Amino acid sequence: MNVPKSLHYTKEHEWIRVEGDEVIVGVTDYAQGELGDVIFVELPAPGTKVAQMKAFGTIDAVKTVSDLFAPVGGEVTAVNTELKENPALVNQSPYDKGWMVRIRVANPKEIDTLLNAGAYEKHLGAHA
Amino acid sequence: MLETATAPKRTPFHPRHVALGAKMVPFAGHEMPIQYEGILTEHRTVRSGVGVFDVSHMGEIRLQGPGAAAYANRLVTNEAGNLPGGKVVYTPMCLETGGIIDDLLVYASGPDRLLVVNASNFEKDIAWIRRHAPADVTVVDENAQTAQLAVQGPRAEAVVARLYGDRARALGFYEAFEEGAGDDWTLVSRTGYTGEDGFEIYVRARRALDLWDRVFEAGKSEGIRPIGLGARDTLRLEMGYCLYGNDIDETTNPLEAGLGWTVRWEKQDFIGLDALRRVKEAGVNRRLLGLVLEEDRIARAGCEVRFDEKPVGRVTSGSMGISVGRPVAMAYLAGDAAKPGARVEVITRGTSAPAAVTSRPIYRNGSVKSPKPRSPK
Repeated sequence: MNVPKSLHYTKEHEWIRVEGDEVIVGVTDYAQGELGDVIFVELPAPGTKVAQMKAFGTIDAVKTVSDLFAPVGGEVTAVNTELKENPALVNQSPYDKGWMVRIRVANPKEIDTLLNAGAYEKHLGAHA
Repeated sequence: MLETATAPKRTPFHPRHVALGAKMVPFAGHEMPIQYEGILTEHRTVRSGVGVFDVSHMGEIRLQGPGAAAYANRLVTNEAGNLPGGKVVYTPMCLETGGIIDDLLVYASGPDRLLVVNASNFEKDIAWIRRHAPADVTVVDENAQTAQLAVQGPRAEAVVARLYGDRARALGFYEAFEEGAGDDWTLVSRTGYTGEDGFEIYVRARRALDLWDRVFEAGKSEGIRPIGLGARDTLRLEMGYCLYGNDIDETTNPLEAGLGWTVRWEKQDFIGLDALRRVKEAGVNRRLLGLVLEEDRIARAGCEVRFDEKPVGRVTSGSMGISVGRPVAMAYLAGDAAKPGARVEVITRGTSAPAAVTSRPIYRNGSVKSPKPRSPK
């Protein structure tokens, strides 16, 4: 199970990478493995406001559909348009090419509420 | 039905699934592989090459005794009595109400009838069958002692012929042969649930691992791969084959489910005949049809279907039509929506998605020899 040290995580299996006042959001390697082959990712348009731990999109895998939760609140500044043509990037490259949205963070303190890699691994251990 | 709190059963092939790194899930009381490499890859392997499914969770019930054939015929809607040896028949088994207790295969195994039923219905089915059995029929539970592999795909014949020779090659669709006895008993059946040519091979459980290894050895040059239940579901859905519990159950009848071709009206008597005659006379008011969605979002079981902004039915099964290239579904539809070519809206998570109504099968390029296996007149 790949859990990069540099990222922050939610218990719902999203990750963020902090870049200045923005974060990049995706789902974890564990999440993509549990979902199986991803068929369709529904994402909000740039400019959409999202609130922490509220659903902002969905992932359709062959067997199941899953909500995406915003790890932090703010405004969506970009979405990964590649996923429309190639949703399998979520499976193939969950921490890089399979990213989903960029969010301009409204309240940086929300980042501190997320799990670090060690805590997320521990959460996975309890989960499994 | 009461859920039993016992741990899921393992099939005799369990060690091979674990060794291959399969993702195992509880399914109908069994611990089954849902995928090995991924559903998309596995689905395409079966459409273009050959794949192997562990389907040992299916339940085997043997009817023996002088009344076996006649009793089988009374239990099901299709012809299960007057069958040549080795004939296989797909059929619903109905309640007196015409509601479907289960859908199953009936094998003419000499004078016996071997019934292969859904795992989720096994206990219910065998109780029903025992309850109605006449004195000259013995009902034998062969479930635990039987293992089954499905070898499916356009390259399946090459693999199975390597193991069973010309006898396997000569089988027509929905024909089978048996060989050996006791521990060596084998049933080779040209049947499947994928829309591709294929075989289902039954052996005794203690010979299961040997069968697995021989099938994979024989299939090496054909690129044979193990396939999980996830792809089994996407393959059958594209073919519009019913999944019990989703598309058919005790509240649906064979006529509205598009299984009218399995109802033999000329049979003098079978359980459910009177009720089905009444349905036929009154006409069905809904039909199980296919849907091809025009957008990427997948319709799931339970999604409402609308026509002219009015509810006309619900999705019973939905997933990605991996070979169709669009999300596909099955739904019971009423009125003018219940016609191939009609355009409907599927409500998926609050959003309306346009879809075209199609007949079944939804996918029409499979190597299977006939979409609807018919028993001989």
